[in-house]
Amino acid sequence: MSARETPPDLLARFDVSPARRRKDKIARGGILAATILALIPLVLIVYYLLRKGLSSWSPSFFTTDPTGNTFFGGSNIGGIKSAILGTIEIVALASAIAVPIGVGVAVWLVEYGRASWFANIVRFFVDVLTGVPSIIFGLFIYIVLIVGTGSSYAGYKGSLALSLLMLPVVIRSAEVVLLLIPGALRESALALGAPRWRVILSIVLPTALPGMLTGVLLAVARAAGETAPLLFTAASTHATNFNLGQFMNSLPVQIYDDVTSPTTAVVNRAWGAALTLVVMILLLNLIARLIARRSRLA
Amino acid sequence: MDAASVPGGGRSILERSPLARLPDRALKYSLTVLAGLILVLIVYFFIRLVGQARPAFAKEGVFDFTFGNDWNVSAEHFGALPLLVGTLITSALALLIGVPVAVATAVYATELCPLRLRAPLTVLVDLLAAVPSVVYGLWGIFFLAPKLQPAEQWVADRLSFIPFIGGGLVTIPNYFVTGLILAIMILPIVSAISREVMTTVPADHKEAALGLGATRWEMIRIAVLPYCRSGIVGGAMLGLGRAIGETIAVTILIGDAPKLAGHLFGQGYSLAAVIANEFGEAQGLHRSALFAAGLVLFVLTLLVNAAARLLVLRASRASQPKRPIGDRPARDHDAGGPPIAGAVGV
Repeated sequence: MSARETPPDLLARFDVSPARRRKDKIARGGILAATILALIPLVLIVYYLLRKGLSSWSPSFFTTDPTGNTFFGGSNIGGIKSAILGTIEIVALASAIAVPIGVGVAVWLVEYGRASWFANIVRFFVDVLTGVPSIIFGLFIYIVLIVGTGSSYAGYKGSLALSLLMLPVVIRSAEVVLLLIPGALRESALALGAPRWRVILSIVLPTALPGMLTGVLLAVARAAGETAPLLFTAASTHATNFNLGQFMNSLPVQIYDDVTSPTTAVVNRAWGAALTLVVMILLLNLIARLIARRSRLA
Repeated sequence: MDAASVPGGGRSILERSPLARLPDRALKYSLTVLAGLILVLIVYFFIRLVGQARPAFAKEGVFDFTFGNDWNVSAEHFGALPLLVGTLITSALALLIGVPVAVATAVYATELCPLRLRAPLTVLVDLLAAVPSVVYGLWGIFFLAPKLQPAEQWVADRLSFIPFIGGGLVTIPNYFVTGLILAIMILPIVSAISREVMTTVPADHKEAALGLGATRWEMIRIAVLPYCRSGIVGGAMLGLGRAIGETIAVTILIGDAPKLAGHLFGQGYSLAAVIANEFGEAQGLHRSALFAAGLVLFVLTLLVNAAARLLVLRASRASQPKRPIGDRPARDHDAGGPPIAGAVGV
């Protein structure tokens, strides 16, 4: 293809016409512009969160409960201590419920169910769960645990709603990791005479652990930001509370309550709380990514 | 195991005692029960939801409830059309704005961008998924909506001859801003799925196009986009499912007016928003109507998601046999698990 061997007029025939070249440039420019456009909201959100959020951060912001005095400007509206602790408690319990069940179902799908019709039905229903809007989970738990028992809102009911939301994420991510474990690893353990349950518990699960941890952390991050399932299950309250059987405050619900307030100070508290929530979620994402990078399987 | 079996029906020395085999059985059956439990749970929830929604359906009729244009709490008259239309308009807007941008970012990340930029770009787009719904709502109502209002009013005034778009008074919370925020929210998922599908395009297809003299854009148009079409459509449908079910950001931004807005820049309501906003104070028939709205929402998302899964599944199946042998053997585990000899052990 060197120019020396080919006459110039023949080479010119292979040239891209100016019209096509222009079209190529325009299309590529458009794609680049759309990509930049996609990143603008991220930059703006981060900028506003930092600007508005940091100015409302102070030591007392994290160490006092919201007071509920929201209608009089200048009065002490308090901080977000109960919301932070409530979110941690609710999400921790939700993870404690969703992770063992999710990993168990994933193990069943990979080790026992495999491609059977029942396993495929379970996979389909897990996919269905993924698509259910989060507020519907709140309604489910409300019907069963509040209408059904005649009792009132409680932190653990919020946890149950969140665990339903986490379940499909945990199952799907754990299943993907378990599938990556080489069959030879299982077969060598079986050949040495280990029973199936030992193979699963001491070979398969430890090998898959880092990868599954990544999926779990991403599920936790998703659950921590959810407001809708908590509205009619854990409700909101002002006081810090360590009893999951009582009403419980949480960061997303606190932000939602504060957004609708006409008082500027309360709205500023919402920005501060939003920054806190985003930082918590980003930390979880960061840890998940680090673990994923460290482990060969994920 | 035949070689090791003992004549006379006794147990082989290689076989485990029945007692030692017990934990195996126990684990297997308890895990099976766990998996079955998920099915039971979903069906149970669905039946209970239908039961709670029944009074509202009984009073209005299923059809009149879903398509009746009157949501009047004080008159105890419930027609969900304004909510349904609000949900559909905002989700359609989200798709219209979000999908082209998401596909463009995916094309840029997989085909055009310098290799060093690919990972950071992917992380940044994925970061949009880490922002909670309520934070989108907060940012939308205090920054985006007020900043956009003059521009929206300008457009509405200029285009006043087009019904539905122009002519009306632009309010700060409205359908358009809600759709815009939803577009930002579905961007990461649509982009991620499109990216994933685009990496499965065989290199020979692309090289063939380039070898025939296509420019980069022509290669993308001829080789990449048609190959990924059903995958992208599936990703867009999953995004649609998200947009339809999105609650808190919509509740904050749509204005929560229980009527049909006459135009794109007016206040409305959505199925999810009405539940979030009114459920706390609802009693009796009103509460039942909210459960019914939840049921309509549930069925709507089920239909959209089922269609999306089918499309994504078909896209990944179609792309598998076409993958050349020399290509990366990346995701080959869809075949139903690793090959374990079933006869061993158990």
